[in-house]
Amino acid sequence: MAKSKSTTNATSAPEGQKSRRDFIVVASYAMGAVGAGAFAWPLVDQMNPAADTLALASIEVDVSKISEGQSITLKWRGKPIFIRHRTKSEIAEAAEVATADLRDPEDDGLRVQKPEYLVVLGVCTHLGCVPLGQKVGEVRGEYDGWFCPCHGSHYDSSGRIRKGPAPTNLEVPPYTFLSDQVIRIG
Amino acid sequence: MSEKQFSNPAVRWIDHRLPIFSFLNHEANEYPTPKNLNYFWNFGSLAGISLVVMIITGIALSMSYTAHVDYAFESVERIMRDVNHGWLLRYIHMNGASFFFIVVFIHIFRGLYYGSYKAPRELLWILGVVILLLMMATAFMGYVLPWGQMSFWGATVITNLFSAIPGVGEAIVTWLWGGFSVDNPTLNRFFSLHFLLPFVIVGVVVLHLVALHRFGSNNPLGIDTKGPQDTLPFHPYYTIKDFFGLSVFLTFFAAAVFFFPNFMGHPDNYIPANALQTPAHIVPEWYFLPFYAILRAVPDKLGGVLAMFGAIAVLFILPWLDRSPVRSGRFRPIFKIFFWLLLADCVLLGYIGAMPAEGLYVLVGRLATVWYFVHFLVILPVLSVIETPRPLPQSISKPIFTGGGAMAGAAAAPKEKV
Ligand code: HEM
Ligand code: FES
Repeated sequence: MAKSKSTTNATSAPEGQKSRRDFIVVASYAMGAVGAGAFAWPLVDQMNPAADTLALASIEVDVSKISEGQSITLKWRGKPIFIRHRTKSEIAEAAEVATADLRDPEDDGLRVQKPEYLVVLGVCTHLGCVPLGQKVGEVRGEYDGWFCPCHGSHYDSSGRIRKGPAPTNLEVPPYTFLSDQVIRIG
Repeated sequence: MSEKQFSNPAVRWIDHRLPIFSFLNHEANEYPTPKNLNYFWNFGSLAGISLVVMIITGIALSMSYTAHVDYAFESVERIMRDVNHGWLLRYIHMNGASFFFIVVFIHIFRGLYYGSYKAPRELLWILGVVILLLMMATAFMGYVLPWGQMSFWGATVITNLFSAIPGVGEAIVTWLWGGFSVDNPTLNRFFSLHFLLPFVIVGVVVLHLVALHRFGSNNPLGIDTKGPQDTLPFHPYYTIKDFFGLSVFLTFFAAAVFFFPNFMGHPDNYIPANALQTPAHIVPEWYFLPFYAILRAVPDKLGGVLAMFGAIAVLFILPWLDRSPVRSGRFRPIFKIFFWLLLADCVLLGYIGAMPAEGLYVLVGRLATVWYFVHFLVILPVLSVIETPRPLPQSISKPIFTGGGAMAGAAAAPKEKV
């Protein structure tokens, strides 16, 4: 702005020096930027989950009604939750795996509170499809767990990723056993 | 721009104060256009008309559409059954999106073949790629609105692409959704943006046209116009040609709207969205298939996403990848072969994108993906150095470089002198 062109101006400083006018110009731009930013943030942040969305209630389930080898699907925060009453062989299979060789190494023991009941989010960690394997007769992939048909991810009987494009294991949601039979999710 | 003397006094009065008539006369009437344009040059105006058709039918649809997860699907069915002519508006809008993409893809491959992206039209080309991106975003969000199974799962998969970004990915996806899954907040904002983006496209189209009119159209010979003997006034020569092309286009378009309205759609989208069940085989709309194939070709989440966006990114830098001084593929014998290979490769990618990701399809998809990038990143730069182009004509009026030509037709003949 200032510099050589405005040296004839009374308020400007000699060549190469900052004048008071330069200061005012920079300060105005800075104030403008702060103001624009202060207005932009609410515009961006209004797209984040609203208070009532965040407050979505937790759900309670009686898991004693699920017989061995069966699964149920519930909806929590708009997403499916898989609860599987695992068979002895599925539990053994999940425990036997050499954890260190997995893409997302995690012990089966850390993924369950009671080995019989596996609770995971039924959301493929690749791009979010719901894997198959909940209903009797559905394909369950090569590792006796779930198979995501969208791009071919195989999960094992602990919900861990074994094959295909998904990067991580099926997520375990926060949950607690309220009694021997009832789980609260969320 | 010089002020033209219009005979109508009202026009003259207005034009003196608001030179809109001079502007239109300059840019759409006397605007000098190369006289040798072929029918591939029709697709720009067809794209513009498609955009207008989408906006008009879209505004009409919005008057009966309800952007809420409990009502969206039924409001679209109501448009189809009860709203007067609703079926017509929706079928025009639905098929219009497909035809818009057909037109724009032809428009783009025209540019690729005739080297329209080369200096001095680099920015014109880049603005075109921006329009393509905006169209893709608009069409993606529009497809979510009827809230069928494909709407829901398409939205889930595509928004999840952003979760591949290291660190902030999850936060971005939650922000896009406005919740923890694709749900009502997502549908609402997609409607808002689907309404907005076409008008943003109009803005970029205006810039595209300003850039076009700076140097005028390229042409099948790819050489610059050298004077009035090489050009024709836009009106009536190209207005009439564009109208003729439009009538052919509308014939195909009407055939689709009236006889095969669901041919390019997917039947699963007539099943209401269900957040607990993914359809056995989800596919995006056909115009996204080549990109979807590239996404799936890479067996790594982040890698796949980068490759998919990279497929568009190479188009942005294309003017600097192909350094050959010759624009038109007509005079580039080797380039011409690779151009057709690229076209075949894109069609193949589209086919692979529609197939399940298993067995041979995976392998072919990977090879085709590699070829796509090799074409732009290796073959074009190398060809610019090693290829010997055929000799160029002296001018558009003298297409045969040994002497004046029959094509130097009546209109330009008297003035023919460079
Ligand atoms: C670039 C231009 C546009 C494209 C490519 C486009 C694309 C689409 C697509 C693919 C659909 C889904 C059709 C279906 O399967 O039902 C759709 C739906 C819709 N669009 Fe657009 N659209 C455009 C412009 C607009 C505009 C400007 C508006 C409003 C002003 C609009 C309003 C709507 C509405 C209300 C729906 C839902 C009704 C329906 O599904 O038919 N669109 N759009
Ligand atoms: S979403 Fe499950 S494999 Fe892609």
